[in-house]
Amino acid sequence: MDERDDDLSALIKAGATRHAAPTQLRARIDARIAEIGFARGADMAGTPVPVAPLQAWRRWTHVGASFAFGVMASIAVMLALRGASDEDRLAQAVVDSHVRSLMSAHLVDVESSDRHTVKPWFAGKLDYAPPVRDLAAEGIPLAGGRLDYVGQRPVAALVYRLNRHTINIFVWPAAGDSPKDPAFAVRQGFNVAHWSGDGMQFWAVSDVNAADLRKVIHFLALTDRP
Amino acid sequence: MDIRTQQFEDLVLPHLDAAYNLARWLLKDDDNARDAVQDAYLRAFRFFDHLRGEEARPWLLAIVRNTCYSLLGKRRQLGEHVEFDEERDSEFAEPSAEASGGDPATRLFRKIEKARIDEAIERLPSVYREVIVLRELEELAYEEIAQIANVPVGTVMSRLSRARAMLRARLGRPDGGG
Repeated sequence: MDERDDDLSALIKAGATRHAAPTQLRARIDARIAEIGFARGADMAGTPVPVAPLQAWRRWTHVGASFAFGVMASIAVMLALRGASDEDRLAQAVVDSHVRSLMSAHLVDVESSDRHTVKPWFAGKLDYAPPVRDLAAEGIPLAGGRLDYVGQRPVAALVYRLNRHTINIFVWPAAGDSPKDPAFAVRQGFNVAHWSGDGMQFWAVSDVNAADLRKVIHFLALTDRP
Repeated sequence: MDIRTQQFEDLVLPHLDAAYNLARWLLKDDDNARDAVQDAYLRAFRFFDHLRGEEARPWLLAIVRNTCYSLLGKRRQLGEHVEFDEERDSEFAEPSAEASGGDPATRLFRKIEKARIDEAIERLPSVYREVIVLRELEELAYEEIAQIANVPVGTVMSRLSRARAMLRARLGRPDGGG
């Protein structure tokens, strides 16, 4: 490659459009894949998939001499799985809700960038008042709010924008009092975070990258500002 | 969600922007690009078991590319050619030097410049367009582009240099200057 190629490269990189996929496309693909994956679930049983560490370990316990040890281990695993599965179900529920909100035209019930419009809107629709913060100064404007249904209860969904991405924040009262630091996960290609504080639990779902989601949560979790 | 679906979403879904960019450049249309990418993803999901041990991105982009070409093939069986359009192909008037002084003028200048570059790439025949898009915008290695376009690495390199020559001719620069 000669010098002229470098110049041309720089010109193309700076000038040519890199078309970004529309947000709805991700949601559409995601929904179709989940559908097909679910339908195929039954006949995929024979497909070789990498063995998860847990399964390998379980197999090992079968080989092991101590049957009692195996039983005890199984109980421990079952308890661990049961604890994880509530969390898992909620994570799936909020991701599903996020995808649905992008697919239908029903992203917000109340469309406003003003938290003094969005917060009162929930009064009378929920038996708690979700905290609504104004992050416009941080480049994360509020798009509005939506009433949603997650984990067998109505919840507040707050919608923020970051660049061209949509961020859904689900808020409802926490079971315990102790605040919990954000835990991050990737699910269906979306970044998901879960934390609690001020008696509320929060779930954030978005296709922004993990670093940006961290930033959003950092600003959201900053304690009360007027 | 089963493990296979989860793996697919973790490995293949992050390349959605790259997939869309390639499809959009090949098809030159938003709606068609969207349909092609969705189609390609469903195909990819069906053939996901073939991916083992390969890089997900070139594998996916090869499927996207094939989907785009079969779409193009359906629409016109004529094969590769670029129509000459009198209005479009006549040269832009170069903005005068003093126009780049003020801020709005600079912005306008940049906008025109960007449009000019986009148009020059759009007018390349698709085998040249795709190597430029994959190399310059997606920054893929020659080997990956060869895998996607299903040609030897040598062919990728010669197409790339031919594409660059065409772009240079069309853009009238850069020949050292800026």
